[in-house]
Amino acid sequence: MSMKTIFVFTCFAALVLWPLSAGSYGIDLVTKIMIYAILALSLELAVGTTGLVCFGQAGFFGIGAYAAVLLSPQGEAAALWWLLPACVVAAGLYAMVVGALSLRTKGVYFIMVTLAFAQMAYYVVHDTSLGGGTDGIYLTMKPVLGDWLDLDKPLVMYAFTLLGLMLAFAFLSLLLRSPFGRALAGIRVNEQRMRATGFSTYPYKLAAFTLSGAMAGFAGFLFAVKDGFVNPELMSWHQSGAVLVMIILGGLGHLRGALIGAFAFALLQELFQNEAVFGAFAKHWHLGLGLTIIASVALLPRGLVGVLGQLRERLVGRPMRRGAAPIAEVRP
Amino acid sequence: MSEVLLRGHELTRRWGGLVAVDRVSLELERGQVHAVIGTNGAGKSTLINLLSGELPPSSGTVELLGRDVSAWPQPRRARAGLGRSYQRNTVYPSFTVQENCRLAAQARHQRPWAWWRDATACEDTRAAAHDAAARAGLTDWLQVQAGLLSHGQKRQLEIAMCLATGPQVLLLDEPLAGMGAEETERMLGLLAAVKAEHAILLVEHDMDAVFRIADRITVMVNGAVIASGSPTEVRENADVQVAYLGEHG
Amino acid sequence: MDLATFLIQCLNSLQYGLLLFLVASGLTLIFGIMGVINLAHGSFYMIGAYMAFALAPIVAATFGGGFFSTLLVGTVLAVLMGYLLEWAFFSFLYEREHLQQVLMTYGLILVFEELRSVLVGNEVHGVQVPAILSATLPLGEVMTYPVYRLFVSGVCLALAAGMWFVFTRTRLGMMIRAGSTNREMVQSLGIDIKFLYRVVFAAGVAIAVLAGMVAAPVSSVYPGMGNQMLIVCFVIVVIGGIGSIRGALLAALLIGAVDTFGKVLLPSAAGVLVYVLMALILLWRPDGFFKAA
Repeated sequence: MSMKTIFVFTCFAALVLWPLSAGSYGIDLVTKIMIYAILALSLELAVGTTGLVCFGQAGFFGIGAYAAVLLSPQGEAAALWWLLPACVVAAGLYAMVVGALSLRTKGVYFIMVTLAFAQMAYYVVHDTSLGGGTDGIYLTMKPVLGDWLDLDKPLVMYAFTLLGLMLAFAFLSLLLRSPFGRALAGIRVNEQRMRATGFSTYPYKLAAFTLSGAMAGFAGFLFAVKDGFVNPELMSWHQSGAVLVMIILGGLGHLRGALIGAFAFALLQELFQNEAVFGAFAKHWHLGLGLTIIASVALLPRGLVGVLGQLRERLVGRPMRRGAAPIAEVRP
Repeated sequence: MSEVLLRGHELTRRWGGLVAVDRVSLELERGQVHAVIGTNGAGKSTLINLLSGELPPSSGTVELLGRDVSAWPQPRRARAGLGRSYQRNTVYPSFTVQENCRLAAQARHQRPWAWWRDATACEDTRAAAHDAAARAGLTDWLQVQAGLLSHGQKRQLEIAMCLATGPQVLLLDEPLAGMGAEETERMLGLLAAVKAEHAILLVEHDMDAVFRIADRITVMVNGAVIASGSPTEVRENADVQVAYLGEHG
Repeated sequence: MDLATFLIQCLNSLQYGLLLFLVASGLTLIFGIMGVINLAHGSFYMIGAYMAFALAPIVAATFGGGFFSTLLVGTVLAVLMGYLLEWAFFSFLYEREHLQQVLMTYGLILVFEELRSVLVGNEVHGVQVPAILSATLPLGEVMTYPVYRLFVSGVCLALAAGMWFVFTRTRLGMMIRAGSTNREMVQSLGIDIKFLYRVVFAAGVAIAVLAGMVAAPVSSVYPGMGNQMLIVCFVIVVIGGIGSIRGALLAALLIGAVDTFGKVLLPSAAGVLVYVLMALILLWRPDGFFKAA
């Protein structure tokens, strides 16, 4: 087994064991982080694998969350078996429409356009009565699966979320080594070459974008169910920016980068908001976050995943290049 | 007796007032290398782009294997048997040689729905990749990262990727660019070996290589064809001597 | 809607559109010429507005100046700030990929927002319209139109005309245009491209700051105004085409009209209209109306 696989298994093992030593705050925090990890994985599929830099992931996240609340019948618990897929499909549908329009653009345009579409969703829930406005709306009763799955209990929610994270990770791992995933990797490196080889790239990109949005919707569903409350800020571009930071911080192009990044980002947030460390400045934690983002992009081009490799290169003395291994001539 | 695999008929491409390709017609037959030569800016690369589908023509038609593909986008033409290599290296530097070829071969067997299958375990793409790499002489370098290859090897890989898609027609844009003598020999050997089952269009600047390997030569100046025929005919053509070969003495 | 109201909305949409154009032109210029996508551009607008609020008492106390002195001081400060920012931060972004630029400038937004929060606070403020410009013009029988809004339009037009003049009629403009198409060539001709970029960047910042200062009396000063402006500018740049000043102007006027009339005719949908418009235009022309100028 490779180092990577061992690392991932260790992470999941730690997550399984965490509730044994953590108090209720710890369980709640890690549940939230795991939800963000699923969101980060969804963005990794779009950005890291396919090269589609989407600045509107929060829109799909928010739609999944709002769908969970809006589709639940008033006063009674919805059945999980249809509510969960409904939320995922809702987010996926919006992603498909956004993708169909946005993928007609390239480069910087694409970034700006995906941001604008997330803003559209934001304004719909912010300004209209549909989403309850700025106050948000409450999920009165959490969905259940028969008699035995009660997501109101924190431990059950934790386990359910962990299961979701593991399934999402496993699914993406398989997808990335499948013919579809390999095609996406080729598209990211050189789309024109892929087209010249015979791949119609637009359907591939649209499918990846839609899947990414659907998975973000799954994360949104979990978020709504966990807190029982949704508000427009879930769709704000700060949220989109935060997810982008997570996958860059963790390391683009690696699934475990999304995991690492989500945890690192959440821990940084906790750190900067900690009054014991920062005193009065704790309420200005955005400042620390902003500086960290700038520093990490500038100094860690391959993210935390690449830190070991970077250190090794520094110690051995070879010049550090972004991305690939050092270039050398191969003698035949 | 030879079948015409690709036919371009009166292909024209205008950019505003500039005519980059001016009513160019040519045919590619199986088992032949048809070279297109001309000075820089003569429109050779544009012509390849028109034939491959990357650029739509202002007028004119393209026929592939007897069908009118003028309205077909590039991927569709590629799947129908039209392969193309580029002037600059377009290999995927972070993938191994094997993966480069395998991904190219995957275009024929795309299987996008099989999300659970390991792509590298699919036998048909693997076999096609090995075969293409072998023909390009890269069998010993299958596991090497493409970015680490020498320039000549990268050009060979470019051809291998072309072959891996199982094409009938090959459009090669300056495959010898930047190569030394030994590498050029190797590449010409490869082209000669591959020639029999394919129709090859070769855009090149290396005149010695062109006259050695081409069965037909078309000469372009300022977007138009000024001569087309066997190498001997072209060499003796007065217009060509004045416009082009004259510069080489 | 009667004629007078219609006329007022037209003037409002013109004023808003021109203001949008001013800010968007900085964004599209910096991207078109230096290839840097700067998310923090909206923050400059916000900084301008807060400057108008915060500097006014200081300027009044120091040399008894009023609104126009504040504008002048603010502009000078903005040029300095832009110059320093380019030297310390943005010059490192030119070689980077778009994603990295997006993230680093996003981090910069957070830094700016918090600095503002620390220095000036998070409250909403109003800025007084200067006395000379506080008159109103009569329109028809009952309605009047504030002169200040016409002043805003005038300033925007004057700046736009100034930009056009510099670009097309001066040596500096020629060098800038050349530098955007071929950086190395310009350098080998002995022109200091770094200095050129610094000038362009500082100008872009100053224009955004000035727009914020001038808009403050009309739109009031509130924390989220930078981000709001930025996203609308994105839409403008997408519709108008990156690097195209002409496209930015037309797109800004269009958005100004859609937004202004939208707020009057369909208040609940007003926020979304602009994006619907963008979606429709993208369906028709994915590269924007005009490619780079």
